Amino acid sequence: MSKNFKLITEGLVKNNPTFVLLLGMCPTLATTTSAINGLSMGLATLFVLVLSNMAISLIAPVVPDKVHIPVYIVVIATFVTLLQFLMQAYTPAMYETLGLFIPLIVVNCIVLGRAEAFASKNGVLASACDGIGVGLGFTGSLTVLGLVREILGSGSVFGWNFIGGNDGMLAFVMAPGAFLCLGYLMVLFNRFFKKN
Amino acid sequence: MEYFLIIISAIFVNNIVLAQFLGICPYLGVSNKLSTATGMSMAVCFVITLATLVTYLINKYLLVPFQLEFLQTIAFILVIAALVQMVEIVLKKVSPSLYQALGIFLPLITTNCAVLGVAITVVTKEFTFGLPSHMLNLGEALVYAFATSLGYGLAMVIFAGIREHLAMNDVPKAFKGVPIALVSVGILALAFMGFSGMVK
Repeated sequence: MSKNFKLITEGLVKNNPTFVLLLGMCPTLATTTSAINGLSMGLATLFVLVLSNMAISLIAPVVPDKVHIPVYIVVIATFVTLLQFLMQAYTPAMYETLGLFIPLIVVNCIVLGRAEAFASKNGVLASACDGIGVGLGFTGSLTVLGLVREILGSGSVFGWNFIGGNDGMLAFVMAPGAFLCLGYLMVLFNRFFKKN
Repeated sequence: MEYFLIIISAIFVNNIVLAQFLGICPYLGVSNKLSTATGMSMAVCFVITLATLVTYLINKYLLVPFQLEFLQTIAFILVIAALVQMVEIVLKKVSPSLYQALGIFLPLITTNCAVLGVAITVVTKEFTFGLPSHMLNLGEALVYAFATSLGYGLAMVIFAGIREHLAMNDVPKAFKGVPIALVSVGILALAFMGFSGMVK
């Protein structure tokens, strides 16, 4: 059990997909206009990541080596379609907000990367834990980035406005703010978490 | 006139990298040198236009008549993956020099979310371009795809130029590599914000 727990914690800091591995940049930048949007996108990716990791660890032994990438992509695309239906049914407003980036989870390099690097070589339980760990790491980074951009851009935290009125710096909600905030957060991460 | 608006909007106002955040991974990955950046832009331009043509037709004549729109994501990604592979084989035979020039960038494009992004956008989103909103017809979709990839190339080439200069400067240790690149893109995006409002 402790081995699986270690897999989960490793995804959070040591193998953090956003700040260390630099994977999945597009949704990271595009959907973090507010903390709640970042959190939702992270959870959506977590959902696909865990399920596809589990499915792929089960089918990996019987998939011929030559066609393994297309097979993995189809498995991932299936879970993404499932997620699209679930979100359309239960959280239509959030589905509308995240828009294009839900179907684009298919080409998120984190999901295919974990399938290739971990799930295809390990058991179901370990793969699920790896999915949870990396997914939580991704969710965490997106929420933090969303939080920073929301505080600077609209002066609120999780939708709770603390400055009154709409006096935020609009640029931070728009495209330039995404790049700047992620750049500076990465600097902080490098400064405090990376050894050497 | 309408095509002109589509082109201006796709290249400058809604630039695919700097305003829509698509295709960031290769954007940061291969923009170190001007020559590789140009090669990648050419390959992306080629594949986006071709993929949009094929996926648009598949959507219109196969998925919509049989009410299979929910298969869009799966169908499109398979088509794109197959297409990239096919382009690679055909280019190798027909034009070895172009194949050489595009080199390793071709296989990388399958996972470039700009390709799937544009393919999905042209069949699902309603566009305005200052006119009453409508779905794009085939001609407009192709022009949109081509102009979008030109915008990708423009952003890529400008950024590669900036990075070539950055490489010669003394950057603080924590900023080295991707962080300083992101901050530079941020400033570039700020400049491109000046175009917003030109075309809706």
